[in-house]
Amino acid sequence: MNILNILEEIEKTDAEVYERISPRRKAMAEFYGFGKKVALASLPLALGTMFKKAYAQTASADVEAVLQFALTLEYLEAEFYTRGVAAAGLIPAGAPLGAITTIRDHENQHVAFLKTALMSLGKTPVSKPTFDFSAGKGSNSGPFANVFTNYDTFLAVAQTFEDTGVRAYKGQAPALIGSGGVLTAALNIHSVEARHAAHIRQMRKARGANVKPWITGMDTGIGAIVQKSYEGEELETQAGIKITGINGQAISVNAATEAFDEPLTKAQILAIVDPFIV
Amino acid sequence: MENLRTQKDHSARLDRRSFLQFAGAGAAGIALLAAGCKKDESMMMDSTGVNLGSGDVGILNYAYALEQLEAAFYTRVASSFYTGITEAERLLLSDIRDHEIAHREFFKNALGSNAIPGLEVDFSMINFSSRESVLGTAKAFEDLGVSAYNGAGVLIKDAAYLTLAGKIVSVEARHAALIRDLISNGSFANSEVIDNNGLDKSRLPLEVLGIAAPFIKTKINANDLPKS
Repeated sequence: MNILNILEEIEKTDAEVYERISPRRKAMAEFYGFGKKVALASLPLALGTMFKKAYAQTASADVEAVLQFALTLEYLEAEFYTRGVAAAGLIPAGAPLGAITTIRDHENQHVAFLKTALMSLGKTPVSKPTFDFSAGKGSNSGPFANVFTNYDTFLAVAQTFEDTGVRAYKGQAPALIGSGGVLTAALNIHSVEARHAAHIRQMRKARGANVKPWITGMDTGIGAIVQKSYEGEELETQAGIKITGINGQAISVNAATEAFDEPLTKAQILAIVDPFIV
Repeated sequence: MENLRTQKDHSARLDRRSFLQFAGAGAAGIALLAAGCKKDESMMMDSTGVNLGSGDVGILNYAYALEQLEAAFYTRVASSFYTGITEAERLLLSDIRDHEIAHREFFKNALGSNAIPGLEVDFSMINFSSRESVLGTAKAFEDLGVSAYNGAGVLIKDAAYLTLAGKIVSVEARHAALIRDLISNGSFANSEVIDNNGLDKSRLPLEVLGIAAPFIKTKINANDLPKS
C-alpha cells in the first residue's frame, strides 16, 4: 500500500492537498498512528477519516448516531460471549467452544473498531451499558435466567442476538449512504453477523432445534419470547415483486422468505434489546 | 470549501472513491491496488460484450449476473448430487438453489427491459460428482458473492436498492457460513475471510468479475458501472 502515491495522485487534481493536510508530515504521522490500531483492511475508513479532516468535513450526525448505536449492540454481544466462554462448564470443549470463542473475538474486535472509528471522527464513544442477559431489566431473573448455566438457553439467546444484529445493521445502511468507508465497514460487519447467525443456528440444530442456517418465515425456533426479533421476516414480496412461484419457478413460500433477510428500525431494535439493558 | 463530492467534475485521472474501494479489497486486491495507484492511466477495458449499464441499474445488472452464475451452479448441483451426499446436505443445497433462483428471478423482474440477457456459464472445471469439488466451488462463489455485495454498497445511490442488496447479502453470508462448515466445521468465519478487525471482505465489480470470469462464457462489459 503506497500511501504517498495516493497523495501524489490527489495532488494532481488538488494542488493544495498538502495545505489541507497540514503539515503533511503531521497528517502522515497521525495516519500511521491510527493505522497501528486499525489494520490494513479498514484502510478505507482510516483514509476517509484523514480526508475528512483535510477537507474540513465532519461526520454527519446520522453517521455518528449509527456508529454509536452499532457500538451499543456490539457491547451487548461482546460481553455476552465473553461471559459465556468464561462460564465454567457452559460450552462443551472442542468445536462448540472453538466456535463461540471465534465469535466472541469478532464481537470484541467490532467494539474496538467502532470505538476507534468514532474517536477518529472526533466523537466520544458511548460507554458500555450494564447488561442483564436474563432479559430481566436488571433483576437477573428474567426469562433467560439460566443463560450462563444452560447451554441451550445460551445458544438460543446467541441466535437471537445474531439474527437481530443482522437486522439492525441492515436497517442502518441507508443512513450511511454517502459515508463511503463507513458504509463499507458497516456492511463488512453485517455479513460477519450473518455468518455467526448461520453457525449458531447449525449448533442449535445439532442439539435438536428445528432451525436452518437461514430464517424461514417468522419462525424463531425458540418461542414467542423472541418473536419480535423475527417479525417481518415472513415477507414474500420484495419491491412489489412476489417471490413465491416467481416466473413459474418452483419457489416455495418458505424459500421466498428465506431468500431475503429483513431490516428492523433502530426503534424496533432498541425495544428488542431493552430487557437486556439495565 | 470544496469537498470530495463537489470536486467530481475535475478531470482527475484518479477517482478517489474508487481507490478507497481498491484499498478495501483485501489481499487479493493488492495487484489491482498497485495498478490503480501507481499508474497514471485508467485501467484499459474491452468495450465489447454484454453491457451491464450505468448507475444503480448497472449495479443491479451486476448483481443479476452473479445471481445467474450462482443459480446455474446450484441448479446443476441439484440435478445430480455428488456421490455420497447426506440427506441433510441434499436439503440444504436444495434450499440454497431455491434462494439463488429467487434472487436471479427477482433481479430479472426488477430490471425489466433494462435486464441483461441470460449468461452462458462454463462449469467445465467443476467435477459435479465430487463433494470436494462442488463444495469448494460453492464456498468460492458464496464468499465472492458476499464480498461483491459488500463492495457494491457504496456504489448504490438509492436507499431502497441498498436495502435490497442488504437483504440478499446476509443470506449469501449464511450460505457461505454453512458451506464452509460443511467443508470444515468451525470455518464459517475464519481468517481467510474475516480480518483482525472482525470485518468481512468487500470487493469492487472489476475484481469480482475477474474472479468469476472463468465460469462465465458470455463476455461482460462493466465499463459504465459507477466508480463511486
